[in-house]
Parts: sequence; C-alpha cells; structure tokens
Amino acid sequence: MKPKGTEKKKKKTFKPILSGTQEWPVVQLSKNRKLFIDKVVDEAFAKIRADNPKKNELREELETTLYREQLRIRQNPWKVDPDDEKRFWNKIKDELVDLVGNGNHREKEEELLKKILHRYTDEIAGNFRKSRYRLAREIIKFGFARLLNATRVKRFGAFFRNEYSLNDKIQIVGKAKQVRKLAKIGTVVMVPTHFSNLDSILIGWIIHVLGLPAFIYGAGLNLFNIKILAYFMNSLGAYKVDRRKKNPIYLEALKTYSNLAIQEGAHSLFFPGGTRSRSGQIESSLKLGLLGTAMEAQRNIFMDHPNKDGKKIFIVPVTINYNFVLEAPILINEYLASKGQERYYVESDAYSSSYNLIKFMIKFFTKGSDISVSIGRGMDLLGNYVDDKGNSIDKHGRFVDTRDYFMSNGELTADHQREEEYTIRLSKTIVKEYHRINRVFASHLVAFVAFQIWRKRYEKLDLYDFLRLPEEDLYISYDEFSDTFSIIRNEVFKLKKKKKVNVAAHLKNPLEEVINFGIDNVGMYHSRRPLLINKKKQIITKDLSTLYYYHNRMDGYDLEKYF
Amino acid sequence: MTSKNTSKKPVAVIGAGSFGMAIANILAQNSEVLLYARDPEVIKKIATNKEHRGQKVHTNITATGDLSYIANTCDILFPIVPSSAFREMMQQLSPYLHPYHILIHGTKGLDIELGEGETLDNIKILNRENVKTMSEVIMDESVVIRVGCLAGPNLAKELAAGQPAATVVASHYNEVIEAGQQLLRNDLFQVYGNQDLIGIELAGVLKNIIAIASGILSGLNLGENAKGLLISRGMIEMIYLGKAMGGDVEAFVGLAGIGDLVATCNSTLSRNFTVGNRLAKGESLTEIIANMDEVAEGVNTIKIAKKIIDYHKVRAPITEALYEVLFEGLPVEKAIQLLMKYPYNVDIDFL
Repeated sequence: MKPKGTEKKKKKTFKPILSGTQEWPVVQLSKNRKLFIDKVVDEAFAKIRADNPKKNELREELETTLYREQLRIRQNPWKVDPDDEKRFWNKIKDELVDLVGNGNHREKEEELLKKILHRYTDEIAGNFRKSRYRLAREIIKFGFARLLNATRVKRFGAFFRNEYSLNDKIQIVGKAKQVRKLAKIGTVVMVPTHFSNLDSILIGWIIHVLGLPAFIYGAGLNLFNIKILAYFMNSLGAYKVDRRKKNPIYLEALKTYSNLAIQEGAHSLFFPGGTRSRSGQIESSLKLGLLGTAMEAQRNIFMDHPNKDGKKIFIVPVTINYNFVLEAPILINEYLASKGQERYYVESDAYSSSYNLIKFMIKFFTKGSDISVSIGRGMDLLGNYVDDKGNSIDKHGRFVDTRDYFMSNGELTADHQREEEYTIRLSKTIVKEYHRINRVFASHLVAFVAFQIWRKRYEKLDLYDFLRLPEEDLYISYDEFSDTFSIIRNEVFKLKKKKKVNVAAHLKNPLEEVINFGIDNVGMYHSRRPLLINKKKQIITKDLSTLYYYHNRMDGYDLEKYF
Repeated sequence: MTSKNTSKKPVAVIGAGSFGMAIANILAQNSEVLLYARDPEVIKKIATNKEHRGQKVHTNITATGDLSYIANTCDILFPIVPSSAFREMMQQLSPYLHPYHILIHGTKGLDIELGEGETLDNIKILNRENVKTMSEVIMDESVVIRVGCLAGPNLAKELAAGQPAATVVASHYNEVIEAGQQLLRNDLFQVYGNQDLIGIELAGVLKNIIAIASGILSGLNLGENAKGLLISRGMIEMIYLGKAMGGDVEAFVGLAGIGDLVATCNSTLSRNFTVGNRLAKGESLTEIIANMDEVAEGVNTIKIAKKIIDYHKVRAPITEALYEVLFEGLPVEKAIQLLMKYPYNVDIDFL
C-alpha cells in the first residue's frame, strides 16, 4: 500500500490468523443469535431461580426491578432506548398487580422473569455483521489515512497520498506475536486500560491489525446514542452494557451472556476499569463482574471437558498511552467533584452528537501526537504467565496446570466464594501488569514533575485549595525544572531496569530535547494548555486541574518521595 | 482407636516441634497423619518410642522425612516450623506442590527479605514490602494460594494434656476454613473461622512481643496491676503495628489477639514469656537463647518490629523499650521508668 521508497522503519505486518471470516467465533455467534439468546436466558433463569428459592423472594426481585426500571425511564431516558419501553414495563406491572393477594404464583412469576430476561438479553446481544465489519474497517483505515496525509504532508494534493498510514501514528509494542498464537489455541480475553472514548474504536482497529478475528466487547449503551459510533460498534462486535440498569436480573443476564460467549470461544474484550479513568490514573481497582465471568467460563470449560480438550482462556492486559486525551478537562472535573463525596452524577459526554464526535476525530487524527499500545504477556486466570503454547508457568519457571486451582479433594468443584477470591487476585495481577507495561511518555513525566514541584511548594494546602490557586502565580525556572526532571527520569529508568515500568524510546533522548518534547505534547490541543514555557524560560500552566490529570498517569510508582 | 474418616486422604504436619506435635495429635483423632521431621533421629525416635517432646504420639501418626511423598499423598498440609526455617522448608517442598494443595500454617513469626550481605542488624530500613508473613512466604515460594493459618491461645503443653481450648483458622477461602474446622474440631477443641488472614497472622506474631514484656514484669514480681496495664497498652501497640502492616483491628480483639495475649502473658509454659522472665532474673539474652531447646519467635519479631516502627512511624513505646533492653543493654528497671513517664495518656484511640 505504501510506496516502498518512503518506508523509514520496517513495520511488522500481520496476516490474519484465520483465513476466512466464516470460522470467526463471533460470526458463528451472530449466525446463531436467536439460539444463543435462548441459551443465555435459560441459564440466567436457572441461576436466578436457584438464588431465590423462597416463596416471596422472586416476587420481591421482580417488584424491585420494576420499580427501578420505571424510575430510570422517568429520570434518565436516552435516545437509544426502545420506544416500547414504557409499554413493556407497564404490562409487567399490570401482571404483577394481578398476582397480589393470590397465594402461590411462582409459575407466573417465573414466566415474567423469563420475559424480562429475554428482553434484556436481546438488548445486550451484539449484532455483528461480516459485511458491515469489513466496511467499517475500510472506512476507518481509508478515512484516517486520508486525514493523516492531508495534515502531515503539507503539500497540495496530499489528501490523496499514501505516505503515512495509521501504522505510523499508532505504535504497537509488546507481545503481539504471542497474542496471535494464543488466539489460535485458546480464547483470548483482552483487558485494556480505559482513558478515552476513542479506546473502543482504537482497540477494534488494533485487533484487526494484529490479524485477529473480531472480538466481542461490552460497550456502554450511552455510546450507542451517537449514531455513527453505534454503527461502528455494532460492526465491530460490541454488545451493549447499560450502566443505568443495576438490578440483579439485568446483571445476571449480562454476566451469563459474557460467560457463555467466552465458553463458545469468542475472544472478548473488557475494559475492566468499568469506565474511563476519571482521574487520569492507571486503573488501581477493577470491576470484578465481567472478569468473574471469565473465571466461571474457564471452570465450566474444565468441567465440560474432563478429557482436558477444552479451550484455555488467556488474559491479555493492554495499556494505551496518549499524549492528549480530549476529555481530560471534563474527566478530571468530574473526578474532583465526586471524590470525597460519592454522589451520583449524570454522565456528561464530551461529544454527545455525531457532529461533535467527527470534529473530535478529525482533531485527534490530524493533530494528536502518537499513540502507543502495549500488549502484555498472556496470563491464565490465576495470573500465571503462559508460554507461546499456552502452558501456564509459575514464577519459579515450573509448569502449572490451571485446572488444579479448581480442584478440591481430587475433583473439579464450583465454589463461588473461591472464584471471587481468585477474581480479586487476578484483578490485582492485571493492575500490576498495567503499571509494568505502561510506557512512560515525556509528556506524562513533565506533567508529573511540574505538578509535584508546585504541590511541594504548597504542601500545607489540601488538594482542592491547591488546585484553586491562581495559575498566574505558578512558575518554575527552567533550571530547577530540568534538574528535578533529570532525577525523576533516572528513577524511572531504575524502575524500568527492575521491570516495573516501560518507557517510550524518546524518553532516552538528551535531557533538554525530552523536556521540550514533553511540554510541547502534553495535552497539546486543550484550549488551556497544562504546561508551557514562557518568554522568560519559565515553566507555567494554564490549567492546573488538567495538569493534575496528566500527572496522575505516573501515580502508583512511588516517585513522589524524590521531591 | 480407629480414625473417623479413613476413607479420606491423610493430612500432613510439617515440623515436629512441640506445637507441630500437638496439632498432629489433634488431627490424628480424625484422620491419618503424616508427620514430617527433618532429623532422621527424630523420625526413628517417634517410630520406636511413640513419644516426642514429652507428648505421646497418636497411633494414626506416621513420621517421615520425605517431602515428595507427603505432597503426593496429602492435599492438606499444616506447616509448623520456626519462621527462620520456614522459607527454606517451602523451597524444598515447593517442587512437589500443586495448586490443589491447601496449606494451613501454625508459625507465629515473620520472614524478612534481605539483599546480599545484609542482615537484620545492619540493614538500614525495612518496610512492609520486605517483611512477609508466613502465608505470604508460602505464596512466594509455591503455586499454592489456598492458604490459611492457625492462631489462638494454644499452648502446646496444655493441648497435649487434653485441656479444653480453641483456635482460629484464618483464610480468604471459606473452603480452607471449613477444611480446617473439619479436621481439627473435637470435643475439647473448638475451631473458629476468620477471613482476615493477614490480621490473624499478625495478631499471633505480635503478641509474642508483649509476652516477653509480661515475662519481665513477672520476673520482677511487679504485680497484677502492672500486668493489666501491660496487656491493655500492649494490645493497643499490637493494633497500631498490625494496622501499619495491613491487618484489621477486628482480628486483634478476637481469640488470636486478646485471647492469645492473655494466655501467653500469664503462662510459664510460653517460651516468649520464659525469655522475659529469665531476663528479669538477670540472665543475658545470649545465655537464654543458648539453652532453650525451641525458638522463641518474639525475640526476632522485636527486631523486625523495631524497624517497622522506624519506617512507618508507629507509636509503640513498649516494643521500643524492649528492643533497647534486649539488644542495647538498657537495664530493665530503667525501661520501666521510661515507660511510666511516657507522655501519652489517651486510653483508646483505635476504634
């Protein structure tokens, strides 16, 4: 595609690991969509029935769900909600009312439960279509390539040139080859960090570049409000997760969907942080719900395949590094507003319409500096690394049989409490791995250093008072900044030696170059720049909160103590 | 006597010290027990004399020196060896262990990770990262993650004498707690469960510090008021230290905390108490250690705790005073004077 002569560095290209899309697990899944939904409904139904064995329990569950759903419809309606929402729940209400006063109506209640589950599952289930997938993929590739060339090669007609492709803009580092191998022998569950709404599309594209079949992934239903995003996400194998619905029936349907899809061999993608990182920190605690479904799926596979021919599930952590997150100022303000006081706030999206989104995309892909995606080494569900053949290896280099973790008294057993603990353990391992494979950009480090220098100057203020300081009062002489930066960069290199973090290649450049590059890039397209150098060669900020956001990226490495 | 569940796999006790022996005897009432001893002489002695460390050896107990045989035969193991030998034991055992194994340890000490050439005496700082509880050592050295611990007022000699007692099995896994209860419970031995593994381990470990102090008070005949003072202030110190190291307060007010503290602080059967007692009578620490046949974990724990106090800035005057008495030659009387003048007098501030 690219003219050979202009190629500066050798780029790896990956062939698809499966020749046709026909064999893709996600294609199989969508082909048998109806059957699969029925299966999910049956399984979730059995689970909820077993969890609510007593006479009135199921009734209570239904009534609470109804109450919450009606509240949601009244208080927080979304464009994407189906038109018959009100009607459906009114009908459920009528039928529940009819049951009042009558004695044992378990049968009728179970029927209602099934109805609700069916509605939920149908809403959750993705609508993957091969043809649309291909089209969407081409649009992304073609469109972005055009945009890149139009801006980077500033010549007339550059719009039609092919000098830059998305490959130049997005670096993929880490265990790309291994994930391809693992996807052939088992089921991959990819767990990326989540900073920007762009992640969903970006990761979809990465998966394609790696030659992997499309993954299924849970995407917030709110994103489907935006028509154009909905189109892409439907095409890329997304299923819908509605964060407004927190009732147990919905959650069970969602978990069962994910669990069964993984068991069917569909490679999956979770953002285990749940939502975008509001603070800019790398996720420090993960949502255990969806991770738990992977745990359950693995145990089920082991149980269903006593001959050990079942597929193994591999967890692959991924970090995405940006110099610039468009949503940063909004995210950090939400974070600051909600911290300390856990109150509910309605999500405000930076781009709630297709127009805003396109504007953002253009800005991002034309101006935003490079993005790097680090792919971590695959792990089994207990956090043991796996080799290229999928064998789990413990930290002493010995092979481990993952099945053994689910054995008790010589038998495979389903122990939910045990699996909950395992899931907590897995989530901790993933968080550690995020920090380890995270690539430090110059922009992250300058933000961190500047913020910490200022913070130390006003140690006595609490964070909120500190952030309210007038920005005009804040400056650091270049020399002081550069001295401190050099010390911290050294500490980062030490951490890198201990394999506790990774660094971008540009971080090793001469000091001044790195600092200038970092300052130029950190949050470069915000209207109020988090860091600038003024004419007196002082480091200044125009937006301390946003600086705090970018600074947070380096949180969790215990670097604060060097100031 | 025949075993109640001969159909089940045997269980193992690793370490034939007096506590290991006592636990093996309790386990033997319900199951076949393999008892590991490092010393071939001890194995022979157990087999022929049917007696060890002053305790009769139950007929269901077989002594062995073969760790691989133990790991292949048993799913549930109770490692009960001194903390200073624990990591090494785990390194030997580890190759034979699988993730299906359950380990419930009964060692009330800490492990420290040192760099090359470093010793506990010359190392400058020691933070929580370098200090491991035994459950952490088990997970460090092996693939086993279903780990638990035993803690509580369990003086080996009283257990051996068949006097009533209770213990706590702590683990994150209900399965481990249940297994421990099933195996250990009998008419004279009650078993409680707790999910706070680290908290319970720390309670068991840290109480040994106060036990030494209690031995000192006793040796000086300072009376019961002083002991009451020590136990309650000591308890608060344990909680501060425990919190700094990642345990919850709750663990310390239960059987493994206050329960164990009261038992060891009053008993001449406790090794740690004995150390303090003899110190007060004028013996030197080296002399005492030289002619004790089993390890008093408290001595090492004080060294480690002192470093933790320095690093995490915990308020723990008793431990600090003890440290000076044990290792810096501060006369006991002087230490008590200092403590009585300590300028802090809020009774309870941890709840």
